Amino acid sequence: MRTRVGVGIHGWGVYIPRYRIKVEEIARIWGYDVNYYVKSLMLKEKAVAGIDEDVATIAVEAAKNALKRASIEGSKVGAVYVGTESKPYAVKPTATIVAEAIGATPHVLAADIEFACKAGTEAFQICTGLVASGMVEYALAIGADTAQANPGDHLEFSAASGGAAYVLGPDDSRAVASIEGSVSYVTDTPDFWRRELSPYPKHAEAFTGDPAYFRHVVNAARELMSQLGLRASDFNYVVFHQPNGAFPLRAAAMLGIPKEKVLPGLLAPEIGNTYAASSLLGLAAVLDVAKPGERILVVSYGSGAGSDAISLIVKDGIEERKNLAPTVRDYVNDKTYIDYGLYARFRRIIRYVR
Amino acid sequence: MASVPRYWRNIPSYYRLVGSKCRGCGRTWFPPRRCCPICYSRDLELIELPTEGVLEEFTIIRTPPSGFDYYTPYVVGIVKLRDGTRVLTQVVDCDVTELKPGTEVVATFRRVREDGDFGIVMYALKFRPKR
Repeated sequence: MRTRVGVGIHGWGVYIPRYRIKVEEIARIWGYDVNYYVKSLMLKEKAVAGIDEDVATIAVEAAKNALKRASIEGSKVGAVYVGTESKPYAVKPTATIVAEAIGATPHVLAADIEFACKAGTEAFQICTGLVASGMVEYALAIGADTAQANPGDHLEFSAASGGAAYVLGPDDSRAVASIEGSVSYVTDTPDFWRRELSPYPKHAEAFTGDPAYFRHVVNAARELMSQLGLRASDFNYVVFHQPNGAFPLRAAAMLGIPKEKVLPGLLAPEIGNTYAASSLLGLAAVLDVAKPGERILVVSYGSGAGSDAISLIVKDGIEERKNLAPTVRDYVNDKTYIDYGLYARFRRIIRYVR
Repeated sequence: MASVPRYWRNIPSYYRLVGSKCRGCGRTWFPPRRCCPICYSRDLELIELPTEGVLEEFTIIRTPPSGFDYYTPYVVGIVKLRDGTRVLTQVVDCDVTELKPGTEVVATFRRVREDGDFGIVMYALKFRPKR
């Protein structure tokens, strides 16, 4: 898919909560062999939202950072879409909270998008279309999650919290990256789900690999390259959705992409799987270091299932935007370790009744 | 039970630190006032206040009012913003036993309380130590 009118990224911003729990600590509680998670899945620790943080707070902080880099007022934003599977309310948009907090209300499109971990790039694509059509000048696409995992489930080793926001606008001289094109690859594949009123998701164990993640990610990437007439070697950086540290590297190998192009955006080993934020956080980490002229491939994956593949070309002017807001590395390095007890309290796994 | 209309009315102050500035004497106030308590002017305008400042004093709440139970212990302090406006606010992302007056702080959007399991969730800017 290519827009008739060029669309670009004007600002990117992230937020990662400062609390971390190590996989050793989770393994200690449930009696699992930590080596499997550390060596096979390349997970070291994950980011945990604080006791007063949720998707709305994470999305607002990321959005403010994106607006700083875009150097525009919130009132200029004509659309706010929040992709998440951890909405604070079942019914009441998170996007209205974000729009109000950045001063974008009242003339603003606002909605929450749900497509498991693909919701963030889904929001990105919707915003791309809105800007390309001319309906809005600037649109804010956010992927944010405080990922749920059943205590003791394998998912608990990776399910993490974080968010990334992108201000999209016309592909003019103020844009820092051009959106070259995108594709989606969507099928009905029930690999992971959460039923209504269920606090935690269920998943189909090994089924989440080949028929789900790899099939969608690899096919979306191949189709995009085919449509744009590009080869894997044309990309300087490649970012995949990161359910763990190992899957993106395996997907890269399947596409003939060396791991050196994946590592700059690979955050799962240090912060875990931030679900709808995962690939967008990886993209932000790449934008933090990318140079003008470099080409970036981003491929998300959302259970249920689908992948969005997006190609971007970095433009002149990115350097002076990098320091206008904290980088991904700033947030990754600012951390406080917590034990499983505090983690259980922060994630409201334990509660008291008064 | 939380008052939804009261929360809703205060959202600009809670979310964006909207205070008031007296056109008579130039002083700023948070939360916004309709009448300046110094020069008694009623000519005040709403403005967004700076989101950085210095923690002047604080206390640690260990016995909270309802709705705040899950967040204890938490810090309530007076922050002097860069323009001199004083704000009564929570201070988060810190070790409450090591916090000191004079700490430079910056605003951060956080969850304040929720009205039970099914009521509204209230958000506001709190402050955290600048890093």
